[in-house]
Amino acid sequence: MSDISKAFADGKAFIAFLTGGDPTLAASERYLVAMAEAGADLLEIGIPFSDPIAEGPVIQAANIRALSAGANVDGIFELARRVHAKIDTPLVFLTYLNPVFHYGYERFCERCRECGVSGLIIPDLPYEEQGELKPIAAKHGIDIITLIAPTSEGREAQIAKDATGFVYAVSSLGVTGVRSEITTDLARMVGDIKKQTDTPVAVGFGVHSPEQAAEIGAFADGVIVGSKIVSIIAEQGEDAEVPLREYVASMKNALS
Amino acid sequence: MSSEVTQNPETQAAGRYGEFGGQYIPETLMNEIIALETAYERFKDDPEFQTELDMLLREYAGRPSRLYYAAKMTDDLGGPRIWLKREDLNHTGSHKINNVLGQCLLAKRMGKTRVIAETGAGQHGVACATAAALLDLECEIFMGKEDTERQALNVYRMELLGAKVNPVTSGTMTLKDAVNEAMREWASRVSDTLYVLGSVMGPHPFPMIVRDFQSVIAKEIRSQLEAKAGKLPDAVVACVGGGSTAMGTFYDFIDEPSVRLIGCEAAGRGIDTDQHAATITKGEPGVFHGMKSLFLQDSDGQIAPVYSISAGLDYPGIGPEHAELHATGRAEYVPVTDEEAVQAFEYLARTEGIICAIESAHAVAHVRKIAQEFDADQDLVICLSGRGDKDVAAIARYRGKDVHE
Repeated sequence: MSDISKAFADGKAFIAFLTGGDPTLAASERYLVAMAEAGADLLEIGIPFSDPIAEGPVIQAANIRALSAGANVDGIFELARRVHAKIDTPLVFLTYLNPVFHYGYERFCERCRECGVSGLIIPDLPYEEQGELKPIAAKHGIDIITLIAPTSEGREAQIAKDATGFVYAVSSLGVTGVRSEITTDLARMVGDIKKQTDTPVAVGFGVHSPEQAAEIGAFADGVIVGSKIVSIIAEQGEDAEVPLREYVASMKNALS
Repeated sequence: MSSEVTQNPETQAAGRYGEFGGQYIPETLMNEIIALETAYERFKDDPEFQTELDMLLREYAGRPSRLYYAAKMTDDLGGPRIWLKREDLNHTGSHKINNVLGQCLLAKRMGKTRVIAETGAGQHGVACATAAALLDLECEIFMGKEDTERQALNVYRMELLGAKVNPVTSGTMTLKDAVNEAMREWASRVSDTLYVLGSVMGPHPFPMIVRDFQSVIAKEIRSQLEAKAGKLPDAVVACVGGGSTAMGTFYDFIDEPSVRLIGCEAAGRGIDTDQHAATITKGEPGVFHGMKSLFLQDSDGQIAPVYSISAGLDYPGIGPEHAELHATGRAEYVPVTDEEAVQAFEYLARTEGIICAIESAHAVAHVRKIAQEFDADQDLVICLSGRGDKDVAAIARYRGKDVHE
């Protein structure tokens, strides 16, 4: 069992995402620590990528800001290492496959372990293609966190059975971004997944308000918030620490 | 090169060409990709589907395209007999019509009412809008904002044909970003929509489907040259961006070892500058746009900005089957600069009276370089993938003349 299970050990998990290096690596470090202190149970660090095809405009812009500010893969590893030295909240990366492939799967997973990163969420690595990375990741104790979408009909059972870390249930079609309304029957979707696996199920894509968190927390093991956090950082720049603390606390409170 | 290739055949997805290919796309699209593959496997050998496609290719697109003996060019170069495969004479002015008719018919069979597509120069976008108009499909095209400005006439053409053109303002605002945006759009609306990909790239089954629909080019070359010269060609030459022209031109000859397969990629301002799109010459293995293949990228695996005078070759990757044909040495890939392509564009216009697409001119340019390697009793076929009307203003500007469309 990996570190990730700690995030789900004590009630419903609040999973907080930011893009590493947006606006700077030093700011990301402060924000990750602040969010953990404010109640985030798991921290998801996005490795900026030139062409993030699963992201909406908010996180796309964060990727561009981070890359323009000079963030690179080794810089993000160093960020993770520094955060891990300060807090024991589990860390995962969200990354597209090419930076991992280019770094070399073996070397990348080894660096993850050294820096305290417990899992990888890779939006362009679907279940069928995981075989080339999963055994290497497992050897280093890294979970490949798999996604299940509203369009995964007929595939959920197999994906859920082989899931490690947690299952990332995608709430809606399309790309990441704040949604006022989620039309998927999430309770049923999460219920179907939970029939297949004891691995925790967290819901992301479009989640942003405490009301949504409370509603989803009633049937899922956690919620994942990305775009809302990134938009706070986009608005506040270097001064986002206080509003991030307040926001994370409000979400964690709604889940309790 | 730090990447390693780790393969586990038992858990590997479909659509592999050696180590290349695969289906590296978000989970949201997986069922749709599988449905497309199932539909294609069902209809590709369905007599009714084939009859309808053949009829459209013949009566609507104007196939078979001519295999024209370029006597003056042959004479001038003093090498092999040179033949031009005239895809430029197809309806909509390029080879792109071969693929879109096939994919749009498939969309209809799958019960889709809407198609989306990316486009660079606009040839695929115009072809897709054309097929959509003919087959009563709603159509939206994604085109980099920079390309909508470079190819403003094609934007209006697509609109005339009833398509909605969405200028893409993310990233480098060119073809790569148009593909990103089309994929994002597809993931947000899969039920009634098919993504009609324009090249032999992306996740399986697209590289296979587009290759199959384009392989009509090679089949025709084989039978036409057999009729005219009684033999196989000694070489076939085509330009390579994503690689649909070249794949269509090569496909029937892959198992004929006597036929040289030559792909010409865009060297832009030179492969020693950072302004080119020479993926095979300068790229490295990677995973992007749904496929494992070769890509121009930096030391961190970020996809590199690319450049070519030709919007149709201005792409940082290449189809996975080309990556494999390169890896095995079956096909040769060579870089051709903007300047060489422009000179060839002018050369073909003056020598044969044919204004070809600047993409195709990359192939013409390379043949001018290698003609002397061949004997007079050998036959070399150049695929003229498209006509050059769309490029005239840009070539004039390249030559310092201010021509307004």
